[in-house]
Amino acid sequence: MTITDMPADVPVPRSGEDHGSKLLDVRDLHVEFHTRDGIAKAVNGVNYSVDAGETLAVLGESGSGKSVTAQAIMGILDMPPGRIPQGEIFFRGQDMLKMSAEERRKIRGNKIAMIFQDALSSLNPVLSVGYQLGEMFRVHEGLSRKEAKTKAIELMDRVRIPAAKERVSDYPHQFSGGMRQRIMIAMAMALEPDLIIADEPTTALDVTVQAQVMELLAELQREYHMGLILITHDLGVVADVADKIAVMYAGRIVETAPVHELYKRPAHPYTRGLLDSIPRLDRKGQELYAIKGLPPNLLKIPTGCAFNPRCPKAEDICRTDVPALVPVTEQDGTELPGRGSACHFWKETLHG
Amino acid sequence: MADAEKNEKAMEPAADATPNVTEVETVEAATEDAAVAAIEAKVDRGEPILQVRNLVKHFPLTQGILIKRQIGAVKAVDGISFDLYQGETLGIVGESGCGKSTVAKLLMTLETATAGEVFYKGQDITRLSGRALRAVRRNIQMVFQDPYTSLNPRMTVGDIIGEPFEIHPEVAPKGDRRRKVQDLLDVVGLNPEYINRYPHQFSGGQRQRIGIARGLALNPEIIICDEPVSALDVSVQAQVINLMEGLQDEFNLSYIFIAHDLSIVRHISDRVGVMYLGKMAEIGSDTEIYDHPTHPYTQALLSAVPVPDPESREGRERIILTGDVPSPANPPSGCRFRTRCWKAQDKCAKEIPLLAIPERFAGTDSPAAHESACHFAEEKDVVHA
Amino acid sequence: MPDLTKTPSASEEAAAIVAGTPVTSDAGPAPEKPRSLGADAWRGLRRNPLFVVSGLLILVILLVAAFPGLFTGANPDTGDQANHFLGKPNLGHVFQEDWFGYDGTGRSLYARVLYGARNSIIVGLGVTVLVTLFGGLMGMLAGYFGGFWDSLISRLTDVFFGIPFLLGSMVVLNAFTDRTVWVVMGALAFLGWTQIARVMRGAVITTKHADYVVAAKALGAGTRRILFRHILPNAIAPVIVVATISLGTYIVAESTLSYLGLGLGDGSISWGGDISDGTQFIRNFPHVLLFPAGALSITVLAFIMMGDAVREALDPKLR
Repeated sequence: MTITDMPADVPVPRSGEDHGSKLLDVRDLHVEFHTRDGIAKAVNGVNYSVDAGETLAVLGESGSGKSVTAQAIMGILDMPPGRIPQGEIFFRGQDMLKMSAEERRKIRGNKIAMIFQDALSSLNPVLSVGYQLGEMFRVHEGLSRKEAKTKAIELMDRVRIPAAKERVSDYPHQFSGGMRQRIMIAMAMALEPDLIIADEPTTALDVTVQAQVMELLAELQREYHMGLILITHDLGVVADVADKIAVMYAGRIVETAPVHELYKRPAHPYTRGLLDSIPRLDRKGQELYAIKGLPPNLLKIPTGCAFNPRCPKAEDICRTDVPALVPVTEQDGTELPGRGSACHFWKETLHG
Repeated sequence: MADAEKNEKAMEPAADATPNVTEVETVEAATEDAAVAAIEAKVDRGEPILQVRNLVKHFPLTQGILIKRQIGAVKAVDGISFDLYQGETLGIVGESGCGKSTVAKLLMTLETATAGEVFYKGQDITRLSGRALRAVRRNIQMVFQDPYTSLNPRMTVGDIIGEPFEIHPEVAPKGDRRRKVQDLLDVVGLNPEYINRYPHQFSGGQRQRIGIARGLALNPEIIICDEPVSALDVSVQAQVINLMEGLQDEFNLSYIFIAHDLSIVRHISDRVGVMYLGKMAEIGSDTEIYDHPTHPYTQALLSAVPVPDPESREGRERIILTGDVPSPANPPSGCRFRTRCWKAQDKCAKEIPLLAIPERFAGTDSPAAHESACHFAEEKDVVHA
Repeated sequence: MPDLTKTPSASEEAAAIVAGTPVTSDAGPAPEKPRSLGADAWRGLRRNPLFVVSGLLILVILLVAAFPGLFTGANPDTGDQANHFLGKPNLGHVFQEDWFGYDGTGRSLYARVLYGARNSIIVGLGVTVLVTLFGGLMGMLAGYFGGFWDSLISRLTDVFFGIPFLLGSMVVLNAFTDRTVWVVMGALAFLGWTQIARVMRGAVITTKHADYVVAAKALGAGTRRILFRHILPNAIAPVIVVATISLGTYIVAESTLSYLGLGLGDGSISWGGDISDGTQFIRNFPHVLLFPAGALSITVLAFIMMGDAVREALDPKLR
């Protein structure tokens, strides 16, 4: 019981409490939406951080708050109906939530860039691709039209769009889905940002194209030593590229772990359930394990642990006390760096 | 002259692609009654129930405002053949634009085939009409991809699931229908008391269950599932897959399971067909396709699937294809995959490879001895490598 | 671990979902009662002040149009020129004959405004009904069957769209000497159906590709069932909105025609005609013009506001 006595917003232990050393450090972030039917609590105290050159995968299903968190970081939440009642987002040691709109605008695109799932609707259909790529340079760096175009061609080359010179004046609809996503990546890369947030960047693409795009993204990240937040629901994609993982459920992080550890030994029943419920490519399984029930309604999140109605391990305490995200250890007490679980029974889950 | 040549060329693929599938035992039905009787006949487990032969669907591309002139065709499905056996699940995988959804529509007679036949118990459904067609429609049902758009938002759940009975009143007498609908809700795991609710009051997974209940209403023999779980959350996908597997056993159904998620297809299917640009590239049992693929496209597709296991990320060989899928309006000559294939040679541009057991494996009992449409088929295990 | 590797069968886990455990009640905003989209829209409407205000106004206007005698004892047709010639309004005399003053022939303006509502509403409603039925049918045929019918109907609407609405109806009405309410209604509907047809065609085309329509076809549903059970209920919303808003414009059109002397024949009371009469006294007796004009404006405004409120309630994108 000692675990639950800890305050709910204790962040996972990390190397020191100095936000300056982190590229991005999200602290106890809350986001809510005021709807006709009540207040939807989309994010309820999220803590995570990313370093330069690191890839954090935020894993969650629809409604888990993974995209809303990213939108809050980018400062592109619709407010209202959205509201951030609590929390801090430190970028290079400065709280972005306390910045003026102008300061934030300067960071957006320049220092932090975002890649969206749907490239077609993220690009303006009536402007040529070259113009939209060049716009970044004209607005942020004050380049002339001609210089911007040269830069645009360079960028298209860098994301390996064939015949960049000829295609720079083409319009978004003239490109295939994979090529459009490359253009989105080129746009995000344009100003060589420190951090890229990719929200389901390959979900809309076919597998063979998905592999191309993920490889390109990883390569560019290595080249520029950027931080990358990869938001996805695909456990396969995460296993391929992430360094560390944060699993979200009902607006909270329920588990954090380095990538290899999470798949080998999950410390939260939700993570374990997810891993067990996906069919495997390399062998024919028996019946799939299915997490019972449905994802929670954000207007009416269950008391205690939000996962308790669906959890096979749930006991009374789970229905009353919200479990904090606490560091998990080996059975003998050895620390497991970077690992945390928000489960009252993480010991049983991890070691059981 | 030039036109005639063009026509000949257009005809070529279908004529060429005669597959070495078994002859269809057609049932000559002189009268409508005979046709209906043939459709209502029982098929034994493991016998072919649906046989597709050289199925072709071209969507004409037209130009002109009032007088429309055909300037070409999107060759969505271009001569495919396969059998579906009673009680099995046949998975069809492929990337967007490969024609797999068009195949579903053709089997449902929602689209008219340009050429080819679909035999349901020996009756060519592309030629049926009237009572015989109604009987076929009763026996082949469909589950749709998007649970948010496949249910009429203005109808109650009871009306949606009960609609099949209104269209085919002979299946259930009027007084019986409400109880039947409640039974169906129970079968798919929904509270029968929900009968008066509207679709928007349910979550995605629950809606998909409603869609499945509608598909089951007429007690069909075949259910065609077009990406039935791809719109659902991971944790809900498994529930729906398990439900579908349970229903297959309970009601003795045959499934055609169309999806782009190769892992799910392996899980649910007994046999799998891989489509590329309107043609079947490879078809075989799930082990044959996943563990012993011989077509380069299948190999590339399998190797590109991200495996949820970080341990494999360094060692695993990835075949990263270059470029995009060509337009189905103007597919490459010869083998359609040759523009992205690392093995392509002159022969591939000239000759259309037949879907057949590759010669080098023919007669052996190797698992590689399954139908594959490649001139240079060789086995390569990309999943376990 | 054993409880995790255990895979509940389909029916078991289904039972868990049904069992009324919190799991189900947490599933989306699923309240206990069935809630149709129509009921949802109605709930939204009732909370919208725009709807409440315009609804009350329209209710009053309809009541006046149906029973003008309830609100005044004065005769709108006979005046007393000797005593009341252009008599000034007496705003203190609420609901009395001289409330709005008198016109150039000594008739009570209050009574004329009340009785004038009837013709305006009859023409407005009538044209809307005709236009919705005919335009809706045309739009549905064009949208659903496409091909030849679409080309034919679309070209036809293009032709009608090219005719200026008012100018066209003036030309048509000019051919009639006895312009009854029905003639005016017919003329306006004849020229006005195209807008609804276009809206309906667009809505039907969007709806006919919806998966639930494909699902109904796959079940073997006939054209009539598909059109009236699946497409129409889902395509009707924009038509209702456009029809409500155009009702106001048809009332304006009728008044304009009457103002120009091409509307309802002599003897019919119409706001347009009264406005026309009022223009000659505008300098010294503006009330003769202002009261019928005000009645017209308020009525049109009420219908347009109602249309906006309905649009807000029916348009899912605004929710």
